[in-house]
Amino acid sequence: MDSAIIIETVRSVVASSTPLVFAGIGELLTERSGITNLSLDGSILLAAMAGFAMAYVSGSLLLGFALAMLVGALIALVVAASSIYLYQDQVAVGLVLTLLMADVSSFVGLRYVRLPGPSVPSLSIPGLSALPWVGTALFSQNLLVYLSYLLVLGVWIWLYRTQPGLRLRSIGERPEAAFARGIPVNRMRMVYTGIGGALVGLAGASYSLCVKLGWSHNHTAGMGWIALAIVIFGGWHPFRVALGAYLFGALKSLGSLMQPVYPSVPTQVFQAAPFALMIVALLLVAGDAAAIERRLPARLAPLVRAVFQHGTPAGLGRRFEQG
Amino acid sequence: MKIEIQGINKSFGAVQANADVSVTVASGTIHGLLGENGAGKTTLMRILSGYLQADSGEIRVDGGRLELHSPADAIGQGIGMLHQDPLDVPALSVLDNFALGLHRGFWQRRGRIQRTFFNLCRRFGVQLQPEDRVGNLTVGERQQLELVRLLALGVRVVILDEPTTGISEPQKRLLFETLHRLAEEGLTVIFVSHKLEDVEMLCSVATVLRAGQVVGELRAPFDRERLVEMMFGRAVVAPPFASRCTTREALDIQSLVVESSRMRMAPASLKACAGEVIGLAGLEGSGQRLFMEACAGIRKAQSGHLVIDGVDLTNGRYRDYLDQGVAYVPASRLEEGLVRGLSVREHFVLARQRAGFLVDWEAAEQVASARIAEYSVVGTTGSRVEELSGGNQQRALLSLLPDSLKLLILDHPTRGLDLGSGIWVWQQLHERCLQGTVILFASTDLDELVDNSDRLLVFSGGKVSQPVASAEMSREELGFMIGGVNL
Repeated sequence: MDSAIIIETVRSVVASSTPLVFAGIGELLTERSGITNLSLDGSILLAAMAGFAMAYVSGSLLLGFALAMLVGALIALVVAASSIYLYQDQVAVGLVLTLLMADVSSFVGLRYVRLPGPSVPSLSIPGLSALPWVGTALFSQNLLVYLSYLLVLGVWIWLYRTQPGLRLRSIGERPEAAFARGIPVNRMRMVYTGIGGALVGLAGASYSLCVKLGWSHNHTAGMGWIALAIVIFGGWHPFRVALGAYLFGALKSLGSLMQPVYPSVPTQVFQAAPFALMIVALLLVAGDAAAIERRLPARLAPLVRAVFQHGTPAGLGRRFEQG
Repeated sequence: MKIEIQGINKSFGAVQANADVSVTVASGTIHGLLGENGAGKTTLMRILSGYLQADSGEIRVDGGRLELHSPADAIGQGIGMLHQDPLDVPALSVLDNFALGLHRGFWQRRGRIQRTFFNLCRRFGVQLQPEDRVGNLTVGERQQLELVRLLALGVRVVILDEPTTGISEPQKRLLFETLHRLAEEGLTVIFVSHKLEDVEMLCSVATVLRAGQVVGELRAPFDRERLVEMMFGRAVVAPPFASRCTTREALDIQSLVVESSRMRMAPASLKACAGEVIGLAGLEGSGQRLFMEACAGIRKAQSGHLVIDGVDLTNGRYRDYLDQGVAYVPASRLEEGLVRGLSVREHFVLARQRAGFLVDWEAAEQVASARIAEYSVVGTTGSRVEELSGGNQQRALLSLLPDSLKLLILDHPTRGLDLGSGIWVWQQLHERCLQGTVILFASTDLDELVDNSDRLLVFSGGKVSQPVASAEMSREELGFMIGGVNL
């Protein structure tokens, strides 16, 4: 393979993984506040459909994205509100919404199936795109990709460098302690679930308007579940979540690259491989970091800790009764 | 700030936790609030610090009426509370915890926050590393952090709820020094405790609560007997320790080495006779827990031997330990000892009906009701364990133990219990010694260790002393050994 093919492969991996980055970061924000939004897969489908339909009908990409984000935010808020104000189980509500929204997207989206529609144009960043190797791969993309870079960096800064970010981390870890420090836990949970949901909606629309253009039944093919797994894989850390999204994208395109090289292997193997590899990665992470550490040489310990230590927010999925 | 609590009433369902409680706390004093568990001390303090709303009554601060709707309101009014279980965020660093809720701005000014933090730490002789994870600190250190944080928030009234439970002797000394200094600087300190000696050592005034009501107020120097009578409504005295030690060797531990991901314990050896009580002294996390878990068969030992009544159990199956008559009572009753959500009756099924498929509810009910009567557990066989008070949870745990045991291992058997319950627990344990049970127990309370054991093993940073006779140890010597001197 010559370098041009590699660069083009990396470019397409980054572009096709971008919706997953949005979904992962959105769910990360929601879960960091202590709410598990399991409606992801359905939300993304409905948002992908709504975003495409709106852009198709109105001719405005902006309106398409806006509607998709609104859809994502509203569904997420149903999950948060039913837990906080109606004492319902987050997992159950999220799962039911996933199933419901997937069907709604198929039903409402019937008349938009396989229509040629608008898409987000590419835009090379002058200067940066001229860099050797990474220039074309990272900076000759569409606007949404650049937005995802900024989002990942911005969320990291928010979490680890700002006061509101510190408060966010505290409400997901120990809401009682946060409340004692004057933080309105449940209101913040609603806010972050809404923002996270909007990003999940953006993920849907960026898929149907940038990656796999248009709409069809089950268009986003399980992206929500992958995003949920990647948040865990990424240990609720924005950089690692983004890395997880790109890794999954790379595994997928590796499959399509390998297919012509090994024509005797059934294509289904290459299609299924990324999911299986993801499970292996998850198994490693879900295991006790300390246990993995003990079995490896001591000099690898810091690396193991950095990669595998997962910080499940201690208050995740736990209702907080405000006094 | 002078605090006047006037005629506070607070009920939870049918239980009246506070009944017409009035207490006046003078500015610049350390005021003790004494009472046994369930006397209503914590409820009263949670009202004063904004966590609960009183049903009726009022609180005046320097003459003005205090209106509180949340703990943050109370902080704003200069009233801060240090909870028995520190109310911090374990996953965050020391500095993040310190900064949380301290400033309004957008950016974290870590440099500035760190300077404030270090200044306060230096002033009060507290040694904390700003980047350490709070979850890795001892309870005592987390308490120091919370105290420093409250001071940074500018509180003028500090409420401490049972602060000496689970902290080491030096940490306690530092805490008391700090509280004296705060009082000298004009802060008001309210010290909630059921430990007489702490109140005697620290407070200038003490108000005693019993069953939700104020029984009376005493000034230092305190008359201990009078305090006890006020707390319990009668005189309570622990019977002096009488050794039930026999000459028959029942436990033989040879160079036992235990290891966790955090610590490797030096080899420990111990021979104990039937009926002997061995106390395990040391700061929390010095290796006692590893040692106990290995003796109980929960944790594998790296090397060494454990022989009970001539049977070598080293690294055997846990089942074999149970069959041989080994039992372990952990310190965190609700987390490791009991199963949240299950009733007392169901616990007896779990503990006693190990064979068979169908549950024999009738037998379980019989044994459960007989045992809870015998152990005077306040509750019914259908009560879920988390509904019981701390003292009753411990009674329930002890009632679940089989009648005859060869080795009984207890981690902090009287933690969180009031004087009366603590004495009762030890009476039960010493009675077991009469049947030849060897008791191993860990505690951080020097008095409990010396008063209830034949011999002591002292743990310090994973090192273990030779067994020493308790009667020959002074509190000072023991304190030095715990600190790692002369080990």
